Amino acid sequence: MTKAKATKKTAAKKAAPKKSQYELFDRHTQSFIYNNQVNATQRMLDFDYASGRESPSVAAIINPTGGDSFSKFFFGNKEILIPSYKSLEKAAKLHPNVDVMINFASFRSAAPSTEDALDIPQLKTVVIIAEGVPERRMKLITAKAKKLGKNLIGPATVGGIKAGCFKIGNTGGTIDNIVDSKLHRPGSVGFVSKSGGLSNEAYNTIARNTDGLYEGIAIGGDMYPGSSLLDHLLRYEKIPDVKMLVCLGEVGGSGEYDIVEAMRKKQITKPLVMWVTGTCSKAFKTEVQFGHAGAKAGSEAETADAKNAALKKAGAIVPNSYDDYDQKIRQTYEKLVKNGTIKPKPEPPAPKVPMDYAKAVKEGLIRKPANFISTISDDRGEELEYGGIPISKVFKDDMGIGGVLSILWFKRQFPAYASKFIEMTIMVTADHGPAVSGAHNAIVTARAGKDLISSIVSGMLTIGPRFGGAIDGAAQMFSDAYDRGLTPQEFVNEMKKKGVNIQGIGHRVKSIHNPDMRVTIISQYAKKNFKKTPLLDFALEVEKITTSKRDNLILNVDGCIGICFADMLRNEMQKKEADEYIQMGALNGLFILGRTIGMMGHYLDQKRLKQGLYRHPWDDILYLKE
Amino acid sequence: MAQKAIREADGKRMMARLLKEYSGGKFSVEDKYITVGPDTDMAKLPNQYKWLTKEKLVVKPDQLIKRRGKNNLILVGANFEQAKKWIKEKSKGPITIYGKFDAKGKPTDKGTFGQLTHFIIEPMVPHKDSDECYVAIMSTISGDTILFYHQGGVNVGDIDAKASRLEIPVGTFPSVAEIEKKLMGKVPADRKKRVAGFVEALFKFYADLNFAYLEINPIVVTKDSVMPLDLAAKLDSTADFESGRKWGPIEFPSPFGRNPSKEEAYIEDLDSKTGSSLKLTVLNPEGRVWTMVAGGGASVIFADTITDLGFMSEMANYGEYSGDPNEEFTYKYAKTILDLMTRKKNPKGKFLLIGGGIANFTDVAKTFKGIIRALEEYQKKLVENKIKIYVRRGGPNFQEGLKNMRKVGESLGVPIEVYGPETHMTKIVSMALKGGK
Repeated sequence: MTKAKATKKTAAKKAAPKKSQYELFDRHTQSFIYNNQVNATQRMLDFDYASGRESPSVAAIINPTGGDSFSKFFFGNKEILIPSYKSLEKAAKLHPNVDVMINFASFRSAAPSTEDALDIPQLKTVVIIAEGVPERRMKLITAKAKKLGKNLIGPATVGGIKAGCFKIGNTGGTIDNIVDSKLHRPGSVGFVSKSGGLSNEAYNTIARNTDGLYEGIAIGGDMYPGSSLLDHLLRYEKIPDVKMLVCLGEVGGSGEYDIVEAMRKKQITKPLVMWVTGTCSKAFKTEVQFGHAGAKAGSEAETADAKNAALKKAGAIVPNSYDDYDQKIRQTYEKLVKNGTIKPKPEPPAPKVPMDYAKAVKEGLIRKPANFISTISDDRGEELEYGGIPISKVFKDDMGIGGVLSILWFKRQFPAYASKFIEMTIMVTADHGPAVSGAHNAIVTARAGKDLISSIVSGMLTIGPRFGGAIDGAAQMFSDAYDRGLTPQEFVNEMKKKGVNIQGIGHRVKSIHNPDMRVTIISQYAKKNFKKTPLLDFALEVEKITTSKRDNLILNVDGCIGICFADMLRNEMQKKEADEYIQMGALNGLFILGRTIGMMGHYLDQKRLKQGLYRHPWDDILYLKE
Repeated sequence: MAQKAIREADGKRMMARLLKEYSGGKFSVEDKYITVGPDTDMAKLPNQYKWLTKEKLVVKPDQLIKRRGKNNLILVGANFEQAKKWIKEKSKGPITIYGKFDAKGKPTDKGTFGQLTHFIIEPMVPHKDSDECYVAIMSTISGDTILFYHQGGVNVGDIDAKASRLEIPVGTFPSVAEIEKKLMGKVPADRKKRVAGFVEALFKFYADLNFAYLEINPIVVTKDSVMPLDLAAKLDSTADFESGRKWGPIEFPSPFGRNPSKEEAYIEDLDSKTGSSLKLTVLNPEGRVWTMVAGGGASVIFADTITDLGFMSEMANYGEYSGDPNEEFTYKYAKTILDLMTRKKNPKGKFLLIGGGIANFTDVAKTFKGIIRALEEYQKKLVENKIKIYVRRGGPNFQEGLKNMRKVGESLGVPIEVYGPETHMTKIVSMALKGGK
């Protein structure tokens, strides 16, 4: 990626040649995009690249609701950074060569933001995209712009395009269409219309029947547009490279009569092919409002028929219907070629603009291996799915936490007894008082003023071989011994010989005479509901041996959960797969899952009780000098 | 999203609520305006509005109708019982209302046929003809224009020629002195200042509430009051976010005589449910040329071309879909049109023009999916009704969209011709109609 800020680079470059007062844009025009319009900006840059511009036409994005930052865009196949500013004033100061603002503000804020832009001396042209700007506001803005000698395009428009130079926002559609309509290089036709949608169609017509577009502007469909059809025709009249004018008017308003008047006064002398749409309004019984706010005939003079007749009388080339508009354009062009006004230039090769990755994928043109695989859930469709099961079915079948866990962890729906067993293990591991290391750490962290996630993580990080790890350890140790065919006695002897404590055996206070209720609940449930419990049976035999030595060397709750869980998995899947899950740490996960509930409880408890910072008392620490 | 007409009663209620404020307390209009709609229980009104049974009343239809007087649609000096009877009678069934009259008061146009549904009841304001004036304010491209004439009423005549005018540049407000000087020329001297003061306040009210048009004819000026008798107004509906609170609960009614059919109302309802645009007007249900055109601008041009080629009488509908409607909405829209066009067979067959310009960013293949679904569903009826389809469209993914259209034509056995940007947009109109004549 080119880290250089392309815009700054060009600002420092040689000053662009001064453009004539009738030109709004040239190949060096720099603009601001008001509002964070990522797609429109990229489309402008694609056009710039296709047109062979040296630098992108967007200098900066004004993002009034964000902060100052940079965004990545493509210029050809290189990536560049375009700055965003919160303040238009600041942007203007930093980019003194920018003289166009394309205002994508909503109809609510289009007026104030346009006024702000007009107040900045360097900004000469403001394009207003929004539809629905109040008419009175717009009239005020137009008056202000006129007073300051500035140009407006819009509102309610897609904008316009100067072929090979500058493209406003989304004008011209996709890059394919821009190249098809030859908008990447200038021709001889100056075009202006009200409708933005139809301007795209017109560029195609012009490309197919002439040497192409020089510039096209859509003034927008409002009753009181910031610039009129005539304003742009008068500009085109003064631009030597524009050899013929094409215009598309509309029923309603009187802008077309200003053109008639200008033709009469010889202010327009270039050939003008023009059609006013809306001749169908006579087919309607009541007054009809077409799509545009201004498209409504209030009087006979405002009808399309009357306007077409007046234009024809004034010398415009008016077709009989839109159907031969293209023919009139072609004939006019051919006449100009014949009389030498236009000298057709050889067609430059069509530029290639790199295709967007997403588009290429959509069209099946490219492929690439995925970097990630995921098999447990899918959120892309209509409904979230867990292992292919729609979430609605999860609830309909009342699968519970155990059911969901079995799908997401073990990729299958366990029978009800197993789901219930999972939930039981979560319930019995949920908490074990405030004194154990996990809860203690969570409490101390909470009291240090930290947030929930920090406190929980602090507690969770103590889970390991000495705390909570016995579930995992017991399951592995006992199943290993059982699978090797050791007798309980051989197993105990082996451990003793190695000097290793048997995981899951022994309790601080509970003993054979004072049994742990949790162990009783879990083991009885397993005995009653599991198909078979060979590991639990083996462990109980081991317990008989160990308790004969000391009465507190019982099968403890961690051991009982781990061993029963291993039994359950072996009942529901192949032994190999079950062992794999245990090796991957699934049982440890069970403890983490359950105990998180308790740690969150401790966190909330401490916060609720407004406990202050904990400081361990000196007298509880043995300070030693070695 | 444009200048839209409002009911007379709504305009008057706004004046009653706010004119006092805009005139610094000098002028006030009492809120004695009642709207009677199809759901109004008239029997309950006297309880709510005590004046209704005590004063003499004026009753008029309130549906953006011009020349109500000449159409005999104003009841003056009635009591409440008479008003009730009159409204009942006038709303019994559809009537014809005329827009143009000759000197003898005979209608000179075909008139508009429609149903009266909304009325305004207000107290009668006793006055002399010489108390009546005309005032109107209208939006222009550079600001607003005030029109004033020292006479008013039904027979005021060609007001455009007679009235004094005052152009107000946008952003400025005329002073009382200026109004007096420019507009009050023929007003009796003792009233000049007062009427000018009223117009000054009215302009502030007009501008601040984002009116685009406000006509009061007549306005009655008596010794102690200035009262609007007939009022017609348009608001700039885009200013809702600025002035909506001051407008109060209003609606923008359809003009008299435009009673949407079931299908038109259905499309209006669909339109209101999406950010996209879906429009349908049925012009002639027995017409042979039906259109389904994408884009506001293109749809007008297709209708134009049908008209310009001399087939106005065969044009069945006007409509458009635009703004990237999703597949479901285009499907429903297409189904509505197919349903309408296959209700009654025509031995000469019919045409369906699926048209459009070159879309900016609407995915053509995607929007065509909905249309294709509807075509498949109506396969049998399309064949029975001898419908020939012409397609012309461009824009993103148009190649795929057009290919799918061709395919569906083949598989359904419905004649279909499909064109892209290489063909001039409206060529399918002449292909269909000139070949089909």
